[in-house]
Amino acid sequence: MEPIIEIRHISKRYKLGSIGVKTLRDELQVLWQRASGKARAGYEKNERDAKEFWALDDVSFNVRAGETVGLVGRNGAGKSTLLKVLSRITEPTSGEAELRGRVSSLLEVGSGFHPELSGRENIYLNGAILGMQRKEIQRKFDEIVAFSEVAKFLDTPVKRYSSGMYVRLAFAVAAHLEPEILIVDEVLAVGDASFQQKCVNKMSDVASEGRTVIFVSHRTTSVQNLCSRVVWLDGGKVRMDGDCGPVLDEYLTALQGSGEGATLVRSPTEPVSIEKIQIRGAEGNPTLSIPTGGELVIDLHYQALQPIRQPYLYLIVSSQHGAIFTANMALRDQRPEVLEGRGVITCRFPAVALMPRQSYVLSLGGLKRDGHTPLFPKTEVARFQVTGDTGDLGFDAEPAERVMLHAPSVLLPHEWSFHPTAPAVPAEPAEVSAR
Amino acid sequence: MDSISSTHHIFIRPNRAWVRVDWKALWAYRDLLFLLVRRDFIAKYRQTILGPLWGLVQPLLMTVVFTLVFNRVAKVPTDGVPSMLFYMSGLLVWNFFSQAVNASSATLVRNANLYGKVYFPRLIVPVALVVSNIFSFLIQALLFLGFFIYFRAKGAPGFGVNADIALFPLVLLQVLALSLGVGLWMSALTAKYRDLTQMTTFLLQIWMYASPVIYPLSLLPDKYRIYSQINPMTTPVEITKHMLLGAGSFDVAQWAISAATTLVILLTGLMIFQRTERSFVDTV
Repeated sequence: MEPIIEIRHISKRYKLGSIGVKTLRDELQVLWQRASGKARAGYEKNERDAKEFWALDDVSFNVRAGETVGLVGRNGAGKSTLLKVLSRITEPTSGEAELRGRVSSLLEVGSGFHPELSGRENIYLNGAILGMQRKEIQRKFDEIVAFSEVAKFLDTPVKRYSSGMYVRLAFAVAAHLEPEILIVDEVLAVGDASFQQKCVNKMSDVASEGRTVIFVSHRTTSVQNLCSRVVWLDGGKVRMDGDCGPVLDEYLTALQGSGEGATLVRSPTEPVSIEKIQIRGAEGNPTLSIPTGGELVIDLHYQALQPIRQPYLYLIVSSQHGAIFTANMALRDQRPEVLEGRGVITCRFPAVALMPRQSYVLSLGGLKRDGHTPLFPKTEVARFQVTGDTGDLGFDAEPAERVMLHAPSVLLPHEWSFHPTAPAVPAEPAEVSAR
Repeated sequence: MDSISSTHHIFIRPNRAWVRVDWKALWAYRDLLFLLVRRDFIAKYRQTILGPLWGLVQPLLMTVVFTLVFNRVAKVPTDGVPSMLFYMSGLLVWNFFSQAVNASSATLVRNANLYGKVYFPRLIVPVALVVSNIFSFLIQALLFLGFFIYFRAKGAPGFGVNADIALFPLVLLQVLALSLGVGLWMSALTAKYRDLTQMTTFLLQIWMYASPVIYPLSLLPDKYRIYSQINPMTTPVEITKHMLLGAGSFDVAQWAISAATTLVILLTGLMIFQRTERSFVDTV
């Protein structure tokens, strides 16, 4: 069968700052400098070269109808540029792509909403901007309103909406477009948890109806949840393309520091960074798979050019179901007096009772001394597997593989007991299953 | 089957064409055009007391001021027709032009966010702005009609509708095309140089005095005539007065020149708009 999306050798060059927000005065100044010979020719050429970069560099891949493809990569790897090219917002510098179906792209929720217009009017306007016909919007109007949960405020101008209502309405419109190809970028980062879940469900619905989804997210847990295939972009090129699990494993391994001096997490405001993160098991060797019930040790190698006093760092472990537990310095009031120069902060979980055969993602964040100003924004930094069997945690039965893969991820010791309070109806002997 | 399905097979490749108007896509998005026109209209008048009646205030005041300053004080002749009607007919077609240019001249800057996030035929926005201006034209046309009837009833001499009025829709079409062309030019330029946003009003002001809105073309000495013919708005203003009031001149050759200039401005406007829009989304 013909692929629904064919991307052939797409490249995109950006010229930094060569057009756009500029005043006539700047331009005249440059002209004057040129005319008066002040600008040295060599310098100018260097400057011009520095102002060009290739956001996409010969990217090719195909997508078959019905596939859900996740795009991952660091900031600046070209994910958003690729989505913009595929949504026809910007044109490639070279190469071409072919899309065989109606495309709906959701790069930012609520673009095209007009604050003075009511929710009702905006549904029509936004639908039309996204390419829906009036009749089509009329047909789906009730469904959109029900999904967005803003029925009461339909005739209120959206400028009076809360940001949550705004996002809900916007996603509702886009999600009901029924495209053959749905392109989604990070929109799930907004809205509350239950609405995010609703969005993910809606997208899985779209996917299970045999339509094609391209999804970009920084959160590998949502990618894992939704996508069967992952394309990893690095420096504008496709670095890896394949089944979700293996690609994400490689990706997060690479993120974990590809050698000495690779900065993983840098504070946007302070001269401090976490250079490397290492996960160790009971034997103390760096590893990416931890036996369930065993020890989990996380080393954070930091470098601070100026003393950072009493920061709060925290780690969050997430599974496919979302965040499941945390280690937060605020919980124990164990904080380093000062971070200065280089060093290692170690966090140890003596026994991690996690469901085996699932993948887990480690995120790191940090706050300054005052306990609320961010030091590090929360970032996914590593991914690891948990091996072994539920038996290792003292559960004696052997559950099916399916249960292990999809069950919630934290296993606490527990007991079941059975207390019938009324005798069974005699005519039909009851069968009590202990399972 | 909805008509968007005609765009179902999408080719994406670098666009090197000079002027490319995707008529099919524009047609497929006609509902958006309609909604944008409506959005403009509602957003403009919501929370105002007079609403669309504001469209009457500006031309009425301008007419009164022109009558006092140019007719009573400066004694500029008005081709023998009542001065209020003379100014009002000039303003009718001039405002149709200038308001459309004003509205569409900042298209790219004002819609930067939208253009950077959603695909739709880019031309829809300026076209919608120009089209929604037809409403305020109609309101002003009613105003003109009111004064026309009033002066008729009063028995004022020297004016009357000319049979050439049958061609009036063509004049309006030309002005529509010209304002779109100038609007596209201005929005490309203001995207590149924000300073020019301030200049639009200024430019329109000078342009008005360069067009025979407040004076009859016959007043111009012959040696300046040739310059005024370069201005593509000269002929539409002049023949509007001819058609509505029987004043002024109607020269088909001049009209042809003005129409050709309009076409050039529209095509170059489309070209520069498309080129600028392409690089513009890459910098927002």
